[in-house]
Amino acid sequence: MALIELTDVRKVYMLDEVEVHALRGVSVTIERGEYVALMGPSGSGKSTLMNTLGCLDRPTDGSYLLDGEEVTSMSRDARARLRNRQIGFVFQNFNLLARTSALENVELPLLYSPRVSSRQRRQRAIDVLRKVGLGDRMDHHPGQLSGGQQQRVAIARALVNSPSILMADEPTGNLDSRTSKEVIQILRELNGQSGITIILVTHDQDIGRNAKRTLVLKDGWIVEDTTDFSRAVGALHSHEDAPVPAPHDAVGAVYRSR
Amino acid sequence: MHELVTLRIAARALRKNKMRAALTILGVVIGIAAVTTMVSVGQSANGLVQGQFQALGTNVIVIFSGSRHGGAVHQGRGSSPTLTAGDSDAMPVDCPSVLAASPIVGAGGQVIYGNTNWPPREMVGVGTDYLTVRNWQLRHGGFFTERDITAAAKVCVIGHTIVEKLFQTTNPLGETIRINNIPFRIIGILETKGANLVGEDQDNIVMAPYTTVRKRLRGSMFNSVDVILASARSSHRMTDAESEIRQLLYERHHIPPGEPADFEVKNTTEIAKVLGIVTGTMTLLLASIAGISLVVGGVGIMNIMLVSVTERTREIGIRLAVGARGSDILWQFLIESVLLSSVGGLIGVALGISGSVGITAIINALMKGAQWPVVVSFWAAAVAMLFAGAVGVFFGFYPALRASRLDPIDALRYE
Ligand SMILES: Nc1ncnc2c1ncn2[C@@H]1O[C@H](COP(=O)(O)OP(=O)(O)OP(=O)(O)O)[C@@H](O)[C@H]1O
Ligand SMILES: [Mg+2]
Repeated sequence: MALIELTDVRKVYMLDEVEVHALRGVSVTIERGEYVALMGPSGSGKSTLMNTLGCLDRPTDGSYLLDGEEVTSMSRDARARLRNRQIGFVFQNFNLLARTSALENVELPLLYSPRVSSRQRRQRAIDVLRKVGLGDRMDHHPGQLSGGQQQRVAIARALVNSPSILMADEPTGNLDSRTSKEVIQILRELNGQSGITIILVTHDQDIGRNAKRTLVLKDGWIVEDTTDFSRAVGALHSHEDAPVPAPHDAVGAVYRSR
Repeated sequence: MHELVTLRIAARALRKNKMRAALTILGVVIGIAAVTTMVSVGQSANGLVQGQFQALGTNVIVIFSGSRHGGAVHQGRGSSPTLTAGDSDAMPVDCPSVLAASPIVGAGGQVIYGNTNWPPREMVGVGTDYLTVRNWQLRHGGFFTERDITAAAKVCVIGHTIVEKLFQTTNPLGETIRINNIPFRIIGILETKGANLVGEDQDNIVMAPYTTVRKRLRGSMFNSVDVILASARSSHRMTDAESEIRQLLYERHHIPPGEPADFEVKNTTEIAKVLGIVTGTMTLLLASIAGISLVVGGVGIMNIMLVSVTERTREIGIRLAVGARGSDILWQFLIESVLLSSVGGLIGVALGISGSVGITAIINALMKGAQWPVVVSFWAAAVAMLFAGAVGVFFGFYPALRASRLDPIDALRYE
């Protein structure tokens, strides 16, 4: 059974009576242990797709099976539990709690999982912080850390509950190229050594190249799904508009676009 | 989520904004302090009043002139002097349950001995049986006789304080003091009784025959008396004594049955009870005014919690993103506001207790020798604390609910 199975997922935002189609029918399957890069021009729906995958947002239409379970019909609390146990999320702007130590930031997800004693909580947070190379910065507040260090705290937080998927929406977007490499190095090790599934949104081809598989999104469609990064680059650079098939022929659209 | 952790999160959030937390709880602090103080002082006043009447004796009956429901014209108590010494004399004779009775005629003024003068706290004209009625004792000398009464003799019996103030070395018995320039011979000295609950010195007293006081000090030609004080043979026979007195006075005053009486018979317990209701009502009134400030304090908490929820929208988004459920967020903010209000309540109760101690101290200092009991109403403190907590829940619930209903994505995007 695939870890993630999206079928014809649509997301429509209503903005002053105007429909904005952020996702127009996305179908994709991701297996355990994959390392997927999600690329595409700005506004193509990458974040929307990530938020859906991360159970932060609910699609307007379509089906999302996570580990065989239908997420779209789940209650708020059930989705909160999924975010807590199954998914680690890393944001472009880190999203750490201000004026709170790195250690406590990393402990945060464990506060919301039952049956973790405060000693276990501390120990696990220390362990993951060491793993991302911040063993000596545990008492620092986000304001006292560099961008790269903050993002590593965020990764540690995403990992502390040993999730099966790590999702990162432009995790290097606010970092310079050197610190970006450090972060990407950590992700690669996590995928290679711990076998954790990684889905990563990026604009940077040097970073996208690290993934084993690339999805290219344009205007709410997946226009390329490939393990050959040069094909992805080609799709990114092609200026022809994304095909606009009949709304319910989304899967067909993906195949035609290949 | 673990309750202790929630409490710690809330406590930490408050500590990060100490100044604001302090200002927020100020309203609750003041409200709770006011309620606690008002109720405590009110209970103190009540205790005082009760004690004062209890000091009169539990088997003492007071008969007032006039009636509160007399005819078409509403007359105040004692407004028409209808009681006479004869009424008083008849009581122990005709009422089997009455032990003794004495007319009372009040007066005021200075006493002078040599070149010292002194204002007694109480200057009162009484009958021969007054000591029996009050169950007081003489230390030296004797008391007024029927002859003193009939003759309106210029004799007096004094309390120990008068002795101390006017006679350092001489034996007061047989000496003459001047009351409002009229010479009175001292024939007796009362046993020391000390101060009563109000702090009034019960030994600071001069007594004379009621006839003397009426005629010579008041210059009155009437033969009415202010009040009659009677005592029952035992506290069990109070009711009997009262109805006997009532019946006697109906006959003596020729009041047909069914007509309103021109007198009032009260026992001290009753009077204390009525006054207790009065002070109780006052207490309640003051407490409710104080309670309003508590509500204002609650609104203050709600306001700050709403601001806090808005300010911390991103924090809420982050918590939701890492797996907090709506209920976790709800608890977090609810506990925060309850913590706020409870801390406010605690400080308020502490202030209220010191406030009531302080106010009684001030009253006791201002009223010379007053001894208001310091009543710290733990009952009021406990209720106030509970109320503070309830204020936190009530006014914190809406902001917390709003926080818990936030959408994770919207919250994370919030600038
Ligand atoms: N809350 C919203 N309300 C209305 N429209 C929205 C909302 N969020 C996203 N959109 C629209 O949906 C489309 C996809 O947005 P999304 O954020 O997924 O793009 P993106 O691929 O992540 O872009 P970027 O690379 O700039 O981050 C855009 O047209 C955007 O304007
Ligand atoms: Mg985006």
